[in-house]
Amino acid sequence: MSIGTVSKSAAAIERARAAGRTALIAYLPAGFPDVQTTIDAAVALAENGVDLIEIGIPYSDPVMDGAVIQQATVEALQNGFAVRQIFDVVKGITDRTDAAVLVMTYWNPVMRMGVRDFARRLAEAGGAGLITPDLIPDEAGEWIAASDEFGLDRVFLVAPSSSPERMQSTVDATRGFVYAVSIMGVTGARTAVSSAAREVVDAAHRAGAERACVGLGVSTADQVREIGAYADGAIVGTALVAALRDGGVPAVAALAKDLSSGTPKG
Amino acid sequence: MTDTPQPQSDTESAAEAFLAGGSLRHAQGPYFGAYGGRWMPESLIAALDELEETFDKAKSDPEFLAQVAELNRSYSGRPSLLTEARRFAEHAGGVRVFLKREDLNHTGSHKINNVLGQALLAKRMGKTRVIAETGAGQHGVASATAAALLGLECVVYMGAEDCRRQALNVARMQLLGAEVIPVTNGSQTLKDAINDALRDWVANVDTTHYLLGTAAGAHPFPAMVRYFHEVIGEEAREQMLSTTGRLPDAVCACIGGGSNAIGIFHGFLDDRDVALYGFEAGGDGVESGRHAATITLGRPGVLHGARSYLMQNDDGQTIESHSISAGLDYPGVGPEHAFLADIGRARYEPITDAEAMEAFRLLCRTEGIIPAIESAHALAGALKVGQRLAAEPGDPGEKIVLVNLSGRGDKDVATAAEWFDLLPEDSAEAEIGAEGEQL
Repeated sequence: MSIGTVSKSAAAIERARAAGRTALIAYLPAGFPDVQTTIDAAVALAENGVDLIEIGIPYSDPVMDGAVIQQATVEALQNGFAVRQIFDVVKGITDRTDAAVLVMTYWNPVMRMGVRDFARRLAEAGGAGLITPDLIPDEAGEWIAASDEFGLDRVFLVAPSSSPERMQSTVDATRGFVYAVSIMGVTGARTAVSSAAREVVDAAHRAGAERACVGLGVSTADQVREIGAYADGAIVGTALVAALRDGGVPAVAALAKDLSSGTPKG
Repeated sequence: MTDTPQPQSDTESAAEAFLAGGSLRHAQGPYFGAYGGRWMPESLIAALDELEETFDKAKSDPEFLAQVAELNRSYSGRPSLLTEARRFAEHAGGVRVFLKREDLNHTGSHKINNVLGQALLAKRMGKTRVIAETGAGQHGVASATAAALLGLECVVYMGAEDCRRQALNVARMQLLGAEVIPVTNGSQTLKDAINDALRDWVANVDTTHYLLGTAAGAHPFPAMVRYFHEVIGEEAREQMLSTTGRLPDAVCACIGGGSNAIGIFHGFLDDRDVALYGFEAGGDGVESGRHAATITLGRPGVLHGARSYLMQNDDGQTIESHSISAGLDYPGVGPEHAFLADIGRARYEPITDAEAMEAFRLLCRTEGIIPAIESAHALAGALKVGQRLAAEPGDPGEKIVLVNLSGRGDKDVATAAEWFDLLPEDSAEAEIGAEGEQL
């Protein structure tokens, strides 16, 4: 995987590994409640132990998201968030931190702008790549070409339901890390991380994935520690969005600091 | 990994194949030219694969085909009639107009064809639960019906606002044993009901089949839903030949997602002299911005699993649609229609609320048939097509327009009474009608 050496998200995860830590990956939606707050909150994440920041594009039909993230993205859209502002957010964060910044997006906004245009502008803003919850590699020809051209990571999802064949083809198409969906469901904090997560990560590693990170339902330092026993990174979303909603940037900073206490390996 | 071919060339090559004499019938998907596919979360791909495999096997299983045929005959009441609408036709330039009477099916519309087929597939997959989305409640009622008949648990997602306006349809579904879940997020409309049904499906896919109500969504849904509705076109073609000795000059249908239209179109796809017309909901008029004319004004995009025409803004956010007909009030359209539009095999035109309601009243008064407001869009289109045909050379009386009368209008009586101002101001019905209730 020689191309892996240019991957910003792979580099971030490898830095954590070299320091004996599980990579901590944190999600926030852009424009909630406004663009400047998103940037400030993301900088707070980076300053409190987060290795990789995932910024979501608010979308009218977020089928993989639970109630908390839906409400946040609806509010962002009502506050006038425009897709082109995602590049301002990414640049605002990469100007102020060393953290790798991925954009998480449903596919239609990218398709609307034009896949190549979107990729070029994301690369110019300093972004690491895209996480695509409703784009499977089978439909991703245009994105694979554009991400190769602009050196961007393409993070595809694998699930407990993925067949061995699909696991292999998805791992092969991925650059950066494989996003292992811990359970069959949508985003949202859960009290326990499903045992299926470990099986998905193990299968991804067997298929040749150098980095597999677990998302969906992760909200506490204990869960991060538990995931670190078998995975390369832990992804937290809903809990941080709720913290931002309830306590603003200071609450995000505090939760990130707490979550990062779960990252030292064994 | 194979790269996706450039969409445009995809459609062009399919169009060339058709022009060179190839068949358009029985298109299997996943792509219809540049449209269709599986723009879905990986979590659901295994379920779509299972469904595709089960459907493929069932299609060549005599036992399954016999089950479907028997239910169509003894439960739905098929074949549905073909009725010549002589007095209505006087307003269509004097051409002959025939109605394919899907309104006479059990549950009152074409929807039963698809739900019975899919519910049988759910049983074959060992699923014990079906979920469905519904706008006005028609597909929800049909799904609840099929679930009751076949002993499946049924959950229907419906926008909270629609639940309030369609309280009687909610009661119908509950009478049939279904649970109705009001959807309070997003715009609280049909598209949000689909979003919530998809979220349910992701979490419960082991036990649950998503009984999608139209010929849209991820592969294999568009080809599969069409398959179960092909019976409309097959029957109509035979009935036209046996009644008139020839094929119609034009076939007219209304288009929301497009299931009744693709069902009747399919019978005539390779009959190149038969013009196919899909009539979209023009709402207050396409220039008003308040409409559901997806093909007329939409742009290609991905929603709910398929690439197709889509009502969206410059950011790719879905725009809310508007129509007096809840069944056509959807900002997307099935991918096979997008393809047929691009290659010019079918034409798609908008019909405003006012045009549809005039045709609604006309059919009531000339034929004694109260149509669904959805179907009234096809009737309004047929009036225009008939007048155009009559203006062409030849005897109008020798020309034939076939209309898919996809549903009956009992559910729309309150809306129509309000529209035509038929209710006393202080009546309970007036209050219901003002809120858009469909009895």
